[in-house]
Amino acid sequence: MKDFAKLIKKLDSTNKTTEKVAALTAYFQMANDEDKLWTIAILSHRRPKRPVNTSLLRIWATEISGIPLWLFEESYHIVGDLAETIALILPSKEYSEETTKSLSQFILEIIELRTLPEEEKKNYLHENWLALNYFERFVFNKIITGSFRIGVSQKLMTRALSKATEIDEDILAYKLMGDWTPQKTTFKKLILEHNEEDYLSKPYPFYLAYAVEDNFQEDLGSITDWSFEHKWDGIRSQVIIRNNEVFVWSRGEELVTDKYPEFQKFLSVIPNGTVIDGEILPFGNGEIGNFNALQTRIGRKNLSKALLEKTPVILNAYDLLEWNGEDIRQLPFIERRKILDRLIQGINSLEIGVYLSETMSFNTWEEAAAERELSLEKRSEGLMLKRKDSPYLVGRKKGDWWKWKIDPFTIDAVLTYAMRGHGRRANLYTDYTFGLWHEGELVTFAKAYSGLTDAEFRQVDAWIKRNTLERFGPVRSVTPHHVFEIAFEGIAESSRHKSGVATRFPRILRWRKDKPIEEANTLDDLKALIPK
Amino acid sequence: MDQPLLVFNEKGIYCQQADVYIDAWKPVDKCIITHGHADHSRWGHKKYITHKNNVPIIKHRLGEIVVSGKEWNESFTINGVKFSLHPAGHIVASSQVRVEYKGEVWVFTGDFKTENDGIAEPFELVKCNTFITECTFGIPAFKWTPQEEVFSDINNWWAANRAERKTSVLFGYSLGKAQRLLKHLDPNIGKIYTHGAIENMTQVLRENYEFHQTTRVTRDTKKDELLGNIVLAPPSAHGGTWIRKMVPFVTASASGWMTFRGARRRRAIDRGFVLSDHADWDGLLTTVKETGAEKVIATHGYTEIFSRYLREEMGLDARTEKTQYEEEGSETSNKEENDISPGLSDPQQTKINEDEK
Repeated sequence: MKDFAKLIKKLDSTNKTTEKVAALTAYFQMANDEDKLWTIAILSHRRPKRPVNTSLLRIWATEISGIPLWLFEESYHIVGDLAETIALILPSKEYSEETTKSLSQFILEIIELRTLPEEEKKNYLHENWLALNYFERFVFNKIITGSFRIGVSQKLMTRALSKATEIDEDILAYKLMGDWTPQKTTFKKLILEHNEEDYLSKPYPFYLAYAVEDNFQEDLGSITDWSFEHKWDGIRSQVIIRNNEVFVWSRGEELVTDKYPEFQKFLSVIPNGTVIDGEILPFGNGEIGNFNALQTRIGRKNLSKALLEKTPVILNAYDLLEWNGEDIRQLPFIERRKILDRLIQGINSLEIGVYLSETMSFNTWEEAAAERELSLEKRSEGLMLKRKDSPYLVGRKKGDWWKWKIDPFTIDAVLTYAMRGHGRRANLYTDYTFGLWHEGELVTFAKAYSGLTDAEFRQVDAWIKRNTLERFGPVRSVTPHHVFEIAFEGIAESSRHKSGVATRFPRILRWRKDKPIEEANTLDDLKALIPK
Repeated sequence: MDQPLLVFNEKGIYCQQADVYIDAWKPVDKCIITHGHADHSRWGHKKYITHKNNVPIIKHRLGEIVVSGKEWNESFTINGVKFSLHPAGHIVASSQVRVEYKGEVWVFTGDFKTENDGIAEPFELVKCNTFITECTFGIPAFKWTPQEEVFSDINNWWAANRAERKTSVLFGYSLGKAQRLLKHLDPNIGKIYTHGAIENMTQVLRENYEFHQTTRVTRDTKKDELLGNIVLAPPSAHGGTWIRKMVPFVTASASGWMTFRGARRRRAIDRGFVLSDHADWDGLLTTVKETGAEKVIATHGYTEIFSRYLREEMGLDARTEKTQYEEEGSETSNKEENDISPGLSDPQQTKINEDEK
């Protein structure tokens, strides 16, 4: 545990990628196999289930510290991180002896803790909190509360692991995907050995596109080298058919097969040894629906028959990664598409629920731009550009795939409420609520917490602190005074929102210091943007 | 007494009986100044009263002013009200102000810390009936470690950077923190360089205090001569063009805010040392208790949280008053803005900056 805490401290105390990779590599070279495996698991978001609910954690931490619960809550809102708050408010280390338990020992204890009676949980926490130093305590809390965001992406971790093991990064990325846990495998089995059975449900790492840059047309060479598709707003997924089973993976590396029972039909028409990359889209009455409809299905534990009927989904196929049981990612895009096109064209799309994302070629950028203009009408987010001869790469890489999205919707809204940010922005008011005019009042329509520079955030923060009307716990209402231009990707009617409108990915585009609040937009202006 | 001895009006903390302000934020006739930070010693008062060691500091910042310097514990009476200054331990020459009238005693802390930092005159506890206090770090998340440990970390960090042939850039306010750091850096490790704003202020302080030798970073300073050495710089220098000549460099900040992982990451600083010139949670509570005050007024920092704790958990008559001292301290501080000002040594320029606030 000492070494792991030191590693996390090191990772946490540098902003330089090379230093992070070096620290992780050094750790992977010296840690024992169990600790290595758990480290990989934790950094790839495979944590043990939370053994104690957070309200008990808070209560016990305040008991030991001798402070009232409300003071803990206030402190938590200021610190912005539960594990960090608990580590900070606990009294300093009491025991002189240092812990000798390893990371995996701690984690196994934490897993077992789940099953113990409350009193024993409390004793365990009490004892360990006081035996650890501040940073170890913070790491211990992080493992328990289960939110390990410390600026180490899986990609970065994979790179370090590759350096330590001398196994190729892409191969490691593949090995690390899927449904493994440290309890079901070993470092040797997962990382070092090749095991066919493990590969049955494994997806391939997704290839992700970057947004086009200014004047990208000049950099991309001949337009005839490029294949175009509309970019759909759904859930990017891989559907795997192997050994008479269907597996559905979302981009977040989550196995979501159960959420899409309609895809079981694929078994009847798609042969084993096939992996399709595509987008899960809501689809009713013969047309693509709004992403909002899909959101009602995500997150539901039980899919009722009624919900399945109300919000049917399809797979819109983009690419083919495996065919006849063979990894074909190295084939040129158009070759992969030829096989995919043949496969899907032989299927009754309406009945099976799998469609082909249409590819297009253009002779001039004007033609391409004209097609992009149709995006709203077609309910797409813009165009995707794929180099015709490109292989299917791993992760976000520049060069072969680009997204050319339509410009976002924008509206001018008034800042009405503010809340302190989290993590990097804890203690600064950076989470804002915005209102639009409706019958002489400001009606909340969106929250946004990105889009300003750090300097602007500091300015707004200072202003908020001086212009607070009321405090509701961590939230402050402020004098309506500032207008911000808010951009968002999609818009739809919604009964769940007070304004009657839901927007997708709202963010701050500009601080309109030039506009008085009277000139902000109205709710009716916003509603006029909803596609008919 | 009908009127409280000290009231908070739109100009500052006011004693009507004596017609004197303390740390006023708008120009007034007569003002007692607790310390030299810009939010407490503002420009434009007709007459300043402060500790004698603070006189050169505020003269440096504010230019030609009418100021009278007092000794610690020296009492001066204005219209029957007895005033005296007592060390606050916040920065060099920082005072608490004791105000006594008809047997009732009020104390205003300005800013204070309880730990003896080896350079500021150590905090003196002053018994009072009403205690007006800052509470910049008034939540239990803040607990300082003894400064010996912190300085040992800082010197180790510098030595490690030196071993890698990198320049160490350490950020701290040009008045107070910078000199505290300077006092405790180990000159055996290497040479200590200073940003102009810090050098100017340090020169002013050398009149009354002793420091290690420093070298100003100027246009002619060569990159190579900085390698392995340490540069003290105000926080505002981070990210500017000035710092680029230090490449390869490693940055660190010394501040109470470095308690939060988020604060360090937000500022994109490599290393954060938790070192504050304010009292921590325990320091605040102990001081409140030991003053014996029945009434407490919190002026800046986590005022609402702090006064609620005093009311509910300690049974004190505690409330908050709105002031224009820097709320929650560091991020948008005027102290920093002053540090940026290229004309820091030029009183005219400083005046303009102050006027804008």
